[in-house]
Amino acid sequence: MPKDELKAGFRLVGTRPNRPDGLDKVTGRARYGADIVAANMLHAAVVRSPYAHARIKSIDASRALALEGVKAVITRADFPTGLTGEDWNLQENTIAGDTALYDGHAVVAVAATSALVAQDAARLIEVEYEVLPHVTDVDAAMAPGAPVIRAGNADHSVPEGMHPNVVRYIDFGHGDLEAGFAAADLIREGTYKTEATHQGYIEPHACLGQLGADGRGEMWVCTQGHWYIRRMCAAVLGIEAANLRVTPSEIGGGFGGKTTIFMEPLALALSRKAGGRPVKLVMSRAEVLRATGPTASASMDVKIGMKKDGTITAGQVNFRMQGGAFFGMSPIAEALPCAFACYDIPNLMHEGYEVLANRPKAAAYRAPGSPMAAFAVESLLDEMCRELSLDPLQVRLKNAAKEGTKSSYGPTYNRIGLVETLEATIAHPNLSAPLGPNQGRGVAAGFWFNHGGETSVSLQIGEDGTVGVSVGTPDIGGSRASIALMVAETLGIEYEAVRVNVVETGSLGVNEPTHGSRATFASGKAAVEAAESAIKQMCARAAAEWGIDPEAVEWADGAARPAGENAGKFPPLTIGEIGAKMGGTGGPISGHHESVPGGVGASFGVHVVDVEVDPETGKSTVLRYLVVQDAGRAIHPAYVEGQYQGGAAQGIGWALNEEYIYGADGRLQNPMFLDYRIPVASDLPMIDTVIVEVPNPGHPYGVRGVGETGIAPPLAAVANAVAAASGARLRTLPLSPPKVLAAIKAGQ
Amino acid sequence: MSRIHITTTVNGETAEFLTEPRETLLDVLRNQLGLTGSKEGCGTGDCGACSVLLDGVLVSSCLVLGVEAQGKTVETIEGMATDGALHPLQRQFIEHAALQCGFCTPGILVAAKALLAQNDNPTETEIRYWLAGNLCRCTGYDKIVRAVQDAAAEMRGAA
Ligand code: FES
Ligand code: FES
Repeated sequence: MPKDELKAGFRLVGTRPNRPDGLDKVTGRARYGADIVAANMLHAAVVRSPYAHARIKSIDASRALALEGVKAVITRADFPTGLTGEDWNLQENTIAGDTALYDGHAVVAVAATSALVAQDAARLIEVEYEVLPHVTDVDAAMAPGAPVIRAGNADHSVPEGMHPNVVRYIDFGHGDLEAGFAAADLIREGTYKTEATHQGYIEPHACLGQLGADGRGEMWVCTQGHWYIRRMCAAVLGIEAANLRVTPSEIGGGFGGKTTIFMEPLALALSRKAGGRPVKLVMSRAEVLRATGPTASASMDVKIGMKKDGTITAGQVNFRMQGGAFFGMSPIAEALPCAFACYDIPNLMHEGYEVLANRPKAAAYRAPGSPMAAFAVESLLDEMCRELSLDPLQVRLKNAAKEGTKSSYGPTYNRIGLVETLEATIAHPNLSAPLGPNQGRGVAAGFWFNHGGETSVSLQIGEDGTVGVSVGTPDIGGSRASIALMVAETLGIEYEAVRVNVVETGSLGVNEPTHGSRATFASGKAAVEAAESAIKQMCARAAAEWGIDPEAVEWADGAARPAGENAGKFPPLTIGEIGAKMGGTGGPISGHHESVPGGVGASFGVHVVDVEVDPETGKSTVLRYLVVQDAGRAIHPAYVEGQYQGGAAQGIGWALNEEYIYGADGRLQNPMFLDYRIPVASDLPMIDTVIVEVPNPGHPYGVRGVGETGIAPPLAAVANAVAAASGARLRTLPLSPPKVLAAIKAGQ
Repeated sequence: MSRIHITTTVNGETAEFLTEPRETLLDVLRNQLGLTGSKEGCGTGDCGACSVLLDGVLVSSCLVLGVEAQGKTVETIEGMATDGALHPLQRQFIEHAALQCGFCTPGILVAAKALLAQNDNPTETEIRYWLAGNLCRCTGYDKIVRAVQDAAAEMRGAA
């Protein structure tokens, strides 16, 4: 990989060692959410609403309770009352109160001595419903006469006279929109729609919870963030956070969907009711699809003004998003700033509405809001480039944001790498691959802010000079390896001498989840700081041994050394020698670091896709795919490439296949992988990657964060390629074969 | 519900268990025999995370009943490394970074092993179609396909 040569200055950063958890994960030893047992354990099952909107009139669990092996049944009555705001949202979503708000909403939970008995018992629980009118489409939900999902949820931002389902309004912009459009040679507008999609992690949610009558408990759970689980469970159950110890399992994918709770408090409440016996709760795939995740569905208007030479003079968006039946769950506040973040545009206006609908409570999904926004804006840009016969990459380069640009959402960018990313794209051989009949090429750009977040890391020097690092960010895709590389680089020791452990909530200060592309950035930065602090202490121990000033000691290649001639002549003291003696020289040596790290570096990516569209079936086949993205610095390039490839694959699925399909009855019609079809190996080609490295000045090794940006461009890139291949310009995803075929026929 | 006594061979060793007729082989492996390397991603035969070999044939163990294992041989991910030495597929997966979360990995390794047992030199397309029943949400399959290709080459060289 030629890009790796860039990092000649580093000994380890930029290399590709085996990940420390690799052996466990290829042998089946790694323990995920459902892989643990506890003595005297019970199993739980959940009764869910079969209606999109229904009043719960009565619950009769007597037949279930009569079944041998059933130990506890809980309803909302087993939870405290009086919660407000997001805490109330979390409780209401965990288990319905008076009203079931979506198909799949939990209503009752039961614990029994085996999973099969628990499922039998769930079937014996009788719930009487009064079915209410429902609405699942975002535009329909804000139209006059739409059923009101919950009155009084709108905040003060919503303009008067709007439907009560509209709960949030956001607007911002800069410049003079009218003057901007007046200066344009071409003004175009369009309406774009994306359906909800699911994060689609292969591991269903699973946990093992135990809670005693004394309010003390434990939980083992697959999660991106166990402090979030602790805080949310404590709030929903009315217990104290410090009394709940949460241990993260290995995690079988999250993509944002495991940053919150869905059923975890049910396991704890069942345990409390069953005399403190541990309760295991594992979701089925249908439960995952009906009641967790998904992302928002969106309806978006875009208007752009462009000069003949491709200069963008003005841009305007009006987005509507539903994130389920709960306030604050749509990524509208993220989607709007992402819309024009790639460009330097003098005149901009953004408006957005969040709308309630009878759908599950949306969760974050990889760069929340950005893929939808990019689909709308990058599609329209593509149409305009074609109309003006301009090269779409050159137009993006001409308008690209760079250091010093006032971003579309306010702040001025520091060093960013969009220009370098576009230049690397233009230079790539995929751009000159010949295209045959019915084949077309599409490009699109995308953006993500990246994130710092609350971070706490501790680092311990061992008696033999090896180093333990405790982090609070679960390792989803190789972050143990990248953090170990940075720590080993900083300490001047071998990669293998560093062991990174993801530890439970009792072992560190509060950590935000592995989200926002932050694990390698934030935990990595904190781990480097912790290593620096340990180095200071080791230098002090050496200074004391040598009887010189600590300032006269420096650290290099894993050892303390006298700094220069005047410090005195002493042989270096290695980390192993210092560690072996530390019991007698002042005690254990450890470093720790707590912060909300600043210096977050925004990230940009450009994708190029070649698609062939079968004119007889409308089926699109991805022939070639290229991801170019600025990583800042790729600590472990193989896992950076993996993030690029995985993001692209999810985006391709969103573009071509994936969607939540609701029937007229408001029920989800495709709650299984057979019908909610994510890309399989035979759907995809190899995914080419180029890692651009414009180091982030805010991180000791230049890391920006790489997880999320990769899902922003593919929706538009694929749609643009399909348009180029078939002449069919579709503004509603997914580009399923019947839809594409109908568009081809309509265009003929 | 009355339970049935089953005797079978799992990863070369005799195994016995009592099972309800409705219990899946996957649940028996995971909950009774403690072999949690096989995963449940769907329970409906759509994801391949539960892939095992039953008398040498690749199956989704969530679609097989525990009672069907009577008198048969079952091979799971736990039996793939022999005498502490990783199978070339396992080693190539680590070296290629062909896993991110790793949840699909056991099923994919078992499926890939079954492929290489019948085709020691599969093309990229053959690998992609063979693995089409194994969902991976993290990797985009690129590094998985390359790891299988390199493992096949290594095994041909060793043969
Ligand atoms: S769990 Fe068996 S195929 Fe998904
Ligand atoms: S590595 Fe996560 S599903 Fe394949």
